[in-house]
Amino acid sequence: MKYLSIDQCDAFYGDQKVLECVSLDVDKGDVVSLIGPSGSGKSTLLRVLVGLNQPTSGRILLEGEAIDYKNRRSLKKARERFAIVFQQYNLFQNMTVLKNVTVAPVKIQGRPKKEVEAEAVLLLEKVGLGEKLKSYPDELSGGQQQRVAIARSLALKPEILLLDEVTSALDPELVTEVLDTIRLLAKEGRTMIIVSHEMGFVLEVSSKIAFMDAGRIIEVGEPRKILEQPDTDRAREFMGKILRH
Amino acid sequence: MWERIAEELPRFFTYYNVIFFLKAMFTTFLLSLVGCLLGSVMGGVLAVIKITKSNLLRPLRIAAVVYVEFFRRIPFLVTLLLIFFVFQALGLEVSVFTVAVVSVWIIATAFIAEIVRSGLEAVPKTQWEAAEVLNFNLRQTLKMVILPQAWKVILPPAFSFFVLFIKDTALASQIGVVELTYSAKVLNNKGFSAALAFGFVLLLYYTISYPLTKFGTWMEKKIEIS
Ligand SMILES: Nc1ncnc2c1ncn2[C@@H]1O[C@H](COP(=O)(O)OP(=O)(O)OP(=O)(O)O)[C@@H](O)[C@H]1O
Ligand SMILES: [Mg+2]
Repeated sequence: MKYLSIDQCDAFYGDQKVLECVSLDVDKGDVVSLIGPSGSGKSTLLRVLVGLNQPTSGRILLEGEAIDYKNRRSLKKARERFAIVFQQYNLFQNMTVLKNVTVAPVKIQGRPKKEVEAEAVLLLEKVGLGEKLKSYPDELSGGQQQRVAIARSLALKPEILLLDEVTSALDPELVTEVLDTIRLLAKEGRTMIIVSHEMGFVLEVSSKIAFMDAGRIIEVGEPRKILEQPDTDRAREFMGKILRH
Repeated sequence: MWERIAEELPRFFTYYNVIFFLKAMFTTFLLSLVGCLLGSVMGGVLAVIKITKSNLLRPLRIAAVVYVEFFRRIPFLVTLLLIFFVFQALGLEVSVFTVAVVSVWIIATAFIAEIVRSGLEAVPKTQWEAAEVLNFNLRQTLKMVILPQAWKVILPPAFSFFVLFIKDTALASQIGVVELTYSAKVLNNKGFSAALAFGFVLLLYYTISYPLTKFGTWMEKKIEIS
């Protein structure tokens, strides 16, 4: 039985089909990277997993049990196990950095406030934001917001972490820092699905890479194979472009 | 005209008349306050119903839309008379003041519902999504994420509605509620010049609505800071 299994999922935005028959298996402790051109459906796939876009057909199974996205209890249970870092961070604009990180663990998970806050401070220090606890998101740079979003997701202690281009707004120095954090999480055996354009990092940290194009996963496999000797022309063309950067 | 007013003044401000005016002013104030407060609560509820998505609430949603569209389009006087006759038809013995409060409530509900809804929708969808994936329920999302961001969009039009609507409560005089406009009419009928009677009432209206405007601005400032 697979830990997480995406089984022939379709998804739409209005009339536009943005995911087509997407299947992907993830084992516990896997780090699966989603790569592919802009608009290929990477973010959508993550959104489908957490039920923000509902699959119109196909199933998603967690430890063999299908998530019923139409059923609130089932969806709630699934969401307890996932945490997502959005491409656009989506921090709560009305809350301080610290509150952003602690609000869900305290108010939703019902954990003791003191303990959560202490952990949150540590997490925020780890991502270099120890000085910004009392700031509001609109007082932070994109990169800083992105790191708050990462801390917010980690504070949830999720089983499965979904990271959507978490290094896109960071300067090179911070990229290293954030990637180190992710590396550490990978070592700790956290299951992750990562959307990233950092090919070097993807190669190093992933246990599996899926290449997406036009709403489909057209290749999936061992990292070196996908990056260096892809089977499809489309993937070859994409790698050619991206590696030349 | 000035001479006449000067001549009337001492007779105008008798103890009895002043009490009469103050009572009328209190009626206008209470009518606006109770009607608008109840309207704000109900309007808030309707706005939330309107933005829900679940299929289960669909009938409620449709009812909310019909209600809001209907009562925003009929004149206040018509509502007033309608409610008056509905109470009569039902054989309910209520005061004209109650009829007026219910009418204000009904109309304020419709307008506030629209104001709150557009305030809620002004908060980016991504804020809802972030709360949703963190398993916030609707109440938590509204309370902790959406309303704190929506207040500054809701308050200005809400207060300008209240201020505008205080004037409309004058129509309650048509069904016999002794509020400010009614009291001016009474004194006018007693032989005081219209300029004096209505001029004075104008001042009293101002006394009610000006502090309200100030209060609104103060609230907006306070929210801006927090
Ligand atoms: N909110 C939306 N409304 C309508 N269409 C959308 C919306 N979001 C995305 N799409 C469409 O869905 C498709 C997949 O988008 P998605 O965001 O999943 O791509 P992506 O692979 O994450 O791209 P990127 O690398 O640019 O982030 C695109 O064609 C996009 O135009
Ligand atoms: Mg994306």
